Amino acid sequence: MREYLQNTWLGIYTVLVGMKVTFKHLFTPSVTIQYPEVKVPLPERVRNRLYVNMDDCIGCDQCSRACPVSCIEIETVKSLPTEDLGLTSNGKKKALWVTKFDIDIAKCCFCQLCVFPCPTDCIYMTNVYEYSEFERDNLIYKFATLTSEEAVEKKANLEKFNAEKEAQKAAAAKAKEEQKPADKE
Amino acid sequence: MYQYFYELTNSTILSTIFVAVFPLVNVLLVALLGVYLERKVSARIQDRIGPNRVGPFGLFQTVADFIKMMQKEDAVSNEIDSRLYNIAPVLVFTGSFAAYAAIPFSSKLIGSEVEIGLFYILAISSIVVGGILMAGWASNNKYSLLGAMRSVAQIISYEIPTAIVVLSIVMLTGTLSLDIISQQQTAYFWNWNIFGGAEFEIAKFLLIPFMVIGFLIIFISTLAEVNRTPFDIPEAESELVAGYFTEYCGMKWAMFMLSEYGNMFAVSAIVSILFFGGYQSPFGYLGNSIGLEWLIPFEQAFWFLFKGWIFILIQMWLRWTLPRLRVDQLMSLCWKYLIPYAILNLIVIGIISLI
Repeated sequence: MREYLQNTWLGIYTVLVGMKVTFKHLFTPSVTIQYPEVKVPLPERVRNRLYVNMDDCIGCDQCSRACPVSCIEIETVKSLPTEDLGLTSNGKKKALWVTKFDIDIAKCCFCQLCVFPCPTDCIYMTNVYEYSEFERDNLIYKFATLTSEEAVEKKANLEKFNAEKEAQKAAAAKAKEEQKPADKE
Repeated sequence: MYQYFYELTNSTILSTIFVAVFPLVNVLLVALLGVYLERKVSARIQDRIGPNRVGPFGLFQTVADFIKMMQKEDAVSNEIDSRLYNIAPVLVFTGSFAAYAAIPFSSKLIGSEVEIGLFYILAISSIVVGGILMAGWASNNKYSLLGAMRSVAQIISYEIPTAIVVLSIVMLTGTLSLDIISQQQTAYFWNWNIFGGAEFEIAKFLLIPFMVIGFLIIFISTLAEVNRTPFDIPEAESELVAGYFTEYCGMKWAMFMLSEYGNMFAVSAIVSILFFGGYQSPFGYLGNSIGLEWLIPFEQAFWFLFKGWIFILIQMWLRWTLPRLRVDQLMSLCWKYLIPYAILNLIVIGIISLI
């Protein structure tokens, strides 16, 4: 009988205790962060979307080789000796036209391995993390500053230059050849 | 109210429809606001914000949900007993809606002024049991059947303590009419039944503790009758998917939800009529003091809805406080605790009312 009454009392008492706890929570401010309007500040060394500052890129291909998932594709064309591509911000001379610099961000694993080898610190992680797309192709980011026509032009220029050089070389060799027999005589 | 409309329109059908509209609107509003409040209260208790996107403070969330529900395809399994399957939601809703016929919203706003209102409500709400069993059986789904069996066992068991407490109130007031029970508790709040009724004598003070016990018992058992947490084992979502309405979707599912919220308000109304004065104001009427007689029924309706919503809020508060009971705990609570206490309470109230 005593246990029975005790159970009854315990039942009522514990319910009241529980109700007191939940009532307190009814008036505590909520912990929800209203995401699109309010964002949690990101940590300092956060790794998110890659960005390439093409003004500084010398087209050395080191990032592409470091990438474990091969998501960076770089194509370069040598510049002509007459062309001046300018200097990077830390004083290195640019010698290559970067005709293609594609990063497939869908493949990127955010390992940051491409960032360290860069001699001019032009590839780095930003804090942008909202870049969903409806089309997968939109996730291939093209950083090259040259338009495709310009790229073709540069390529043609180089070929022309190379051909001229070859021709010069050939001419020089021919001249030598012609000189040699003259020497023997 | 039926008489009033009958004199106005001189047609039994039209006046019946008019009388039925008000409780129907009330049920729909209770469901609309109830779902919203449920989500808001649960969110606040769990330190969240809850719906706040659709409309101001997310008030139109339920409307959006309802529109979504209307558009849904009525997906039906092949193996069901389609006749019973289709009748069941209607029957469940009828059972919970029919109870409103005898509930007085104010002294003028009563569906039917039957003299055996309490008895009628206890009887008609048992139709729900049939509907639930039909839904569970016709769905041809193990979860549905288990849910329905649990629900039926639970509702039938908990009708006993409810009926005994109702009996003790009937003994005290000497009437089965909900309107007369409300009228007896008029004027100020110390005339409410929970404070021993309107008659000022020694018995009133002796009655108070037993009335509180009676109130606790009827509150717990009605909570179980409408399948609310902590007594929601029939629709325990972690065990039985959704219990007896697992196989339902779209508007038929909405009927079950509607009847659930309708039931919530109905039992709150009954508890408030039996113990908290029903539609009576706790501090007298503004209409009386400034001499506007026609204002009184509106004030009464306001107090009635106010009390009903207070109890609904307490039900929600309890829901987010207590975990679900096991089946054996549920049965032992009913048969070992509530029923003995209710019977003792009945006897003691009977003896005191003899004094």
